[in-house]
Amino acid sequence: MASKAQNKFQQDEQRRNADHVSFLKHRNWRWLKVAAILTVILSLGYALIDQEPRPNGGSWYGYTLGTIGLLLIVWLSLLGIRKRRPTPGSWSLKNWTSAHVWLGLSLTVIGTLHTGFQIGWNVHTLAYVLMLLVIVTGIYGIWAYATLPAGLSSNRKEMTRSDMIEALTAIDRQLESAAQPLDRQQSDLVIAALGQNVFYGGALGRLTGSYPGCATNRALKNMPMGRSGEEAEDRVTNLLTRRADQLGQIRRHLRIRALLEVWLFIHIPATIALLAALLAHVISVFYYW
Amino acid sequence: MVVQGVNLSRGGDRLSDLCKVAIVGSGPAGLSAAARAAALGMSHVLLEKTDHLSDTIFKYQKGKHVMATPSNLVLRSDFDFDAGKRETILGIWDDQAAGQNVNVKYNAEVAKVEGEKGNFTIELKNGETVRAEAIVLAIGTQGNPNMLRCPGAEHPMIQYQLDDPGEYFDEHITVVGSGDAGIENALGLAADDAQRNTVTILNRRDSFARAKAANVALLEEAEQEGRISVRRETNPAEVKDGELVLDTRDGQETIRCDRIIARTGSQPPRGFVEAMGIEFTSEERSAFPKLTPAFETTKPGIHVIGALAGYPLIKHCMNQGYDVIEFLNGNEDLKPADEPILKEKFAVLPGNHDVEHWLDIFGSNVQILEELSPLQLRELMLDSTVHAYNSGDVIFARNEPGSSMFAIAQGNVAVEVNPDDASVTVPIEQGSIFGEVGLISGRRRGATIRADGPVVAIELSRTAALKLIATSPGAARAVNRIAVERQLLQMFGSGLTAQDIAPLVEASEVMEIKAGQKIIEEGADDKDVFIIRRGSMIVEKNIGGRPVFLSYLPAGSYVGEMAVIDGSARTATVKAAIKAEVIRLPGEEFMRLLDAKPRIREKALADMAGRRELNAFIESRKGEFDGAVDMYSETAAFLVDQGLGEATDVLLIDEKLCIGCDNCEKACADAHEGLSRLDREAGKSYAHLHVPTSCRHCEHPHCMADCPPNAIKRGPDGEVFIDETCIGCGNCQRNCPYGVIRMDAKPPKKPSLLSWLFFGSGPGPGEASYSWRKENGDPEQPKQAIKCDMCSGIEGGPACVRACPTGAAIRVSPDKFLTFTKITEDVE
Ligand SMILES: Cc1cc2nc3c(=O)[nH]c(=O)nc-3n(C[C@H](O)[C@H](O)[C@H](O)COP(=O)(O)OP(=O)(O)OC[C@H]3O[C@@H](n4cnc5c(N)ncnc54)[C@H](O)[C@@H]3O)c2cc1C
Ligand code: HEM
Ligand code: SF4
Ligand code: SF4
Ligand code: SF4
Repeated sequence: MASKAQNKFQQDEQRRNADHVSFLKHRNWRWLKVAAILTVILSLGYALIDQEPRPNGGSWYGYTLGTIGLLLIVWLSLLGIRKRRPTPGSWSLKNWTSAHVWLGLSLTVIGTLHTGFQIGWNVHTLAYVLMLLVIVTGIYGIWAYATLPAGLSSNRKEMTRSDMIEALTAIDRQLESAAQPLDRQQSDLVIAALGQNVFYGGALGRLTGSYPGCATNRALKNMPMGRSGEEAEDRVTNLLTRRADQLGQIRRHLRIRALLEVWLFIHIPATIALLAALLAHVISVFYYW
Repeated sequence: MVVQGVNLSRGGDRLSDLCKVAIVGSGPAGLSAAARAAALGMSHVLLEKTDHLSDTIFKYQKGKHVMATPSNLVLRSDFDFDAGKRETILGIWDDQAAGQNVNVKYNAEVAKVEGEKGNFTIELKNGETVRAEAIVLAIGTQGNPNMLRCPGAEHPMIQYQLDDPGEYFDEHITVVGSGDAGIENALGLAADDAQRNTVTILNRRDSFARAKAANVALLEEAEQEGRISVRRETNPAEVKDGELVLDTRDGQETIRCDRIIARTGSQPPRGFVEAMGIEFTSEERSAFPKLTPAFETTKPGIHVIGALAGYPLIKHCMNQGYDVIEFLNGNEDLKPADEPILKEKFAVLPGNHDVEHWLDIFGSNVQILEELSPLQLRELMLDSTVHAYNSGDVIFARNEPGSSMFAIAQGNVAVEVNPDDASVTVPIEQGSIFGEVGLISGRRRGATIRADGPVVAIELSRTAALKLIATSPGAARAVNRIAVERQLLQMFGSGLTAQDIAPLVEASEVMEIKAGQKIIEEGADDKDVFIIRRGSMIVEKNIGGRPVFLSYLPAGSYVGEMAVIDGSARTATVKAAIKAEVIRLPGEEFMRLLDAKPRIREKALADMAGRRELNAFIESRKGEFDGAVDMYSETAAFLVDQGLGEATDVLLIDEKLCIGCDNCEKACADAHEGLSRLDREAGKSYAHLHVPTSCRHCEHPHCMADCPPNAIKRGPDGEVFIDETCIGCGNCQRNCPYGVIRMDAKPPKKPSLLSWLFFGSGPGPGEASYSWRKENGDPEQPKQAIKCDMCSGIEGGPACVRACPTGAAIRVSPDKFLTFTKITEDVE
C-alpha cells in the first residue's frame, strides 16, 4: 500500500515539476523523430526495392505503403473522438496532437509514394487530393496555433468574454440616458448604434475584422469633433468612443478566435470526405482485382 | 424547588413569576430545549429577539435546501427535523411550537442578565423583566448589527436588514455603510425607476475599499447616471423625524429621509455573553465558552448550547436542546446522543471495552488531552479516528500528505529518521504525539512511523486538532514545544538526539510574521537562524538599486545560517510571501551546536554552497540579460501575489500557447459530474503567464475555516476536496481568497458522446448550459459547494492538463516552478 502511494506521489511530483513546452517539441521532439525515421525508411524502401511491373499501389510494396497510410489516416481521424473523451485512461491530448501533427505530415511522403506518382481523374486520386487538402489545412493550423495565441492574450487584458459584454452593456445603459437631450438626427444614430447586434458582421466580418456598416462608427462620425461646448454632446461623444473601443476589443477577440478555428471547418469535413473516398478507393481496388 | 417549577402554569400572564428555565434564542437549539421543557411540564419561557422563530434559518435564501448532517447521528428532540426546504422546516416548527404548547415570547431581546442560580432577573430591551431559576443561552453566533453612533439611533425608521428592495415606493432612503451589503442594498433600491425612490448612500471614507470591485463599479455607474446619490466622507450626525442630519467635510447638512438602512457590520455575541460572567476558553476569535458536560458555563445556572457552544449543525443543536433540559430536570443517566457513533468508532479497539473505558484511558494517558472536560473529549473524539496497530504496522509513510495529528494512548512508536535505512529509528512514547509537523506546516510527512509493539492511537483531524489547541492552553504549549524539537531534529537529519538540541529548543522562539514583513535584511549583521514552519518566504537581493527575486522557500526550510557559519553580513533579504510563522534560533546557541557536531556543519555548508551558486549566477546574468532578470523578478512577484506562496498545486496557463479552446474546462466538467471546477479566462496574467481561477490546494486552506459539517478535507494525494456532507451554507466560498469555489446543483446525466456525435442528442462535451441543466435537472437537487479535487482517483491525473492540446495548461508546485530557468524559459 505504502509503495503504491509512493509511486503516485512520485508521478505527481514529476507532473508538478512541469514546464510549459509546446506540443510541437513535446518530449524533446519525440514524434518529429518517429515521423522522420518512418519516412526515411519507407522512402529508402521505395528507392531500393525492385517493384514489378512498376512502382504503384498494386505492387506488394504499394500495398504495404497503402496499409500504413490507411491505418495512419484512420488513427489521425480518431483525434476528433479522443479530444472529447476526457476521463478514461491515462493519456495526454498534447502527446496525441504532437503525434498527430508529425505523423500527419509524414503522410505527404507515404501517400505520394503509395500513388507511385500515378495521378488521374478517378476516385483514387480524389482520395489523394483530399488527403493533401487535410494536410495543408493542418499546416495552416499549426501556423495559427504558434503565432496567434499571444495576440489573444494581450487583447484580452484579463477580461473574460462576459466581462467584455458586460462592459459594453454598462456603456450602453449610460448612452441611453445621455442621448436624451440630443437632437432627433443624432439620437436616431445613437439608437441605431445601440440597436445593432454586438455580433453583427457575419463570418466574413469576423475573419477580416472589417465592419463597414458599424452603426457605432457612423454615429461617432456624426458627432462634432473635439469639444463642442455642449455638455450633452461631449458626453455622448465620449461614451460613443468608449463603445467603439469596447467593440474593437470584442471584435479583435472574435477575429483571432475565428482565425484559430476557421481551418477546422475544412480539416474536419475534408477528413470525413477523405474517409469516404478511401472506403470507395479500397472497395474499388478489391472489386477490380 | 423542583416541585414548584413543575406546577407553575405555562401561561404568558404569569411571566413575572419565577419560572424554572428561561431559554434565550429560538434557533434549533433553543426551540428543541423549549419543546423538551414543555413536554416535561417544566415551567419555561422561550425569549426570541425577532417576531418569528429561528431567525438564522429564517434568513436563509428562499427555497434553500436545508441538510440534516451528520447522517449517522440520531435526532433526539420533540421537534421533527429532516432535510428539506427552509419553508417546510420552518412551517413544521411553527406548527409544533403551537401544538406542543411551547411558551414563546417574541420581540423579547435579552439585554442584560443579573442575579444568581435559582433567581436570575433577565432584562429585555423593551424594559420588561423575566425571572428564572436557570438560563439556557441559545443565541447562535449571528450577533447584533452595529447601531448608528449618533443621537436618534433608536429611531424606528432605522432598519438593519433589507429583505425585498422591491417593496418600497416614493421614499427617500439613506443607506449607511460602504461594504458590499450596503452597496447591494442601495443598488437594489434604485434598480427600478418605477419605484421612484430617492436613494442616498453614506461612506465615512472617500473610497469604497472594503467592497468588491464589481459592486463599486456598479455603484459608480449608478452615481454617474444620477440614480444614487453617493456621499463620501460623510457621517450621520442625528436622526430626526423625516430628516437626517449629516456631518460632511464642509459642515452639517440636513436631508429628507423616510427610511435608514444601517449596514455597518455586526458585533459577535461574545461581549454580551462575557458580560454575564461567562468565561471563554481563550482570547482567540474562534474560542467558545467553557462548559461542563451538562453545558453549564462558569457562571452557575447559565447554560450554553448550539452554535454559540461550538456546535453549528442543526441536528447537534436540537439534540443539545433536549439534553440540557433533561440535565436540568435531574436526569443524570442520560447518555449523549453521540454514544452510538463513538461506540462504532471504538469498536476497532482491542478488548471489547465500552466508550467510558476508552474515554477514561485517553483522558488520563494522553498529555495533551489532560485539561479537557469529558464533554470536550467526546466532542473531540467525534472529529477524530481511533486506530489499533500491531507491532511493525506503518502508521504513515514519509512524503504522504497528511494534516492530522496522532496521539499515542497505549504503546510506543518508532520513527524512521533515515530515509535510506529503515533500521535507524527514534522512539516516541505513550502519551506523546506525532504528525504535528503536517498539522502546522501543511507539508507532507517527514518520516515513516511504525508501531513498536501493539499501539492504540488517536488520529485528530486537522479541525479537531486546531480546536483542541484553541481551547486548551496546556495542549497548545505541549504541541508547540514538541513541534519545535521535532522540526529541529528533522532538519538536521540523523545523528542528533533530543538532548543535543534541548538548549536550542529552550532558547528558540516562535514568531508570527505578517505577509511582506522582513525577517532578514540585506547588509545587517545579526546572526539568528530561522526555520519557516508555516507559510513561505521569498529571498531578494538588491542589485543595481532594485530588488531581484532570488528564490522561494517553502515551509520546512531554514534560512540565515550563512551568516552564522562564516560570520559575514546578510547577503540577501528574506521576507514573508504570505502570513507565516517562523522559529527563531539565537545565533550563539546555533553556533554552539555546530561546534559540537561537525557532521551538521558539513550539511549546512553543502546547503550553503547551493545558495551561493544561485546568487552568483543571478548576479552574473544581471549584466548580460538585464531584461530576463527583471522579467523573472517581476513574474515571480506576480505569482506570489496570486497566492502561489501558500499553494501546493496550482494551474498555470501559458497564454502564448493557449488557443482558447476551453478543452481544459470541458474535460474538467466531463470528469466531474458535468460541472467545471476551473474558469480559464478569469484570473490575472502577467507577461502571458495566466493564473486561472482554479484551486491552489493551499497548505492551510482558508476554505476549511468554518465549514459546519467539516466537509472540506485533504485527500491522500494532497488535494483539498469537499465531500458529500456539504450543507451548502456558502462559508467556504466566502472564505476562499481566490474565488475558486462555486455553489451549484449536480446536473443530470448527459446522453453519451456517441449519441451526441451521431444524433446530436444532449448538450455535447463540457459543461451543459445553465438552461439545459435547469430544464433537464431535478429541481430538488440541493446546491452544494464544488471545487477542484486535483482529479483524485482519475487515472493519469488532472484532466484539465491532459486535455490541453497545445501544452498551455500545467499544474505545478510553487517551489518547483519559482526558479529562474522555469520562469524565463521561452516556449516555442
Ligand atoms: C446560509 C447558511 C446555511 C446553513 N445550512 C445549514 C444546513 O443545511 N444544515 C445544518 O445543519 N446547518 C446549516 N447551517 C448552520 C445552522 O443554521 C446554524 O448553525 C444553526 O441555526 C445554529 O442554531 P442555534 O440554535 O445555535 O442558533 P440560531 O439558529 O442562530 O438562533 C439564534 C436565535 O437567537 C435569537 N437571539 C439572538 N440574540 C438574542 C437575544 N439577545 N435575545 C433574544 N434572542 C436572541 C436570534 O434571533 C435567533 O433566532 C447553515 C448556516 C448558514 C448561515
Ligand atoms: C490525413 C491526415 C489528417 C487527418 C485525417 C486529420 C484529421 C484530424 C481530425 C479528425 C482532427 C480533429 C478535429 C477536431 O475534432 O477538432 C484533427 C485536428 C487537428 N489536426 Fe489533423 N488530420 C490530418 C493531418 C494533419 C496534419 C498534417 C496536421 C499538421 C501539420 C494536422 C494538424 C491538426 C491540428 C493542429 C489539429 C487540432 C488539434 C486540436 O486542436 O485539438 N492534421 N485532425
Ligand atoms: S478552495 Fe481556495 S482556500 Fe481552499 S484550498 Fe483551494 S484555493 Fe485554497
Ligand atoms: S485538476 Fe481536475 S478537478 Fe481540478 S481543475 Fe483540473 S480537471 Fe478540474
Ligand atoms: S485546453 Fe489548453 S489551449 Fe485550450 S483553452 Fe485550455 S489551456 Fe488553452
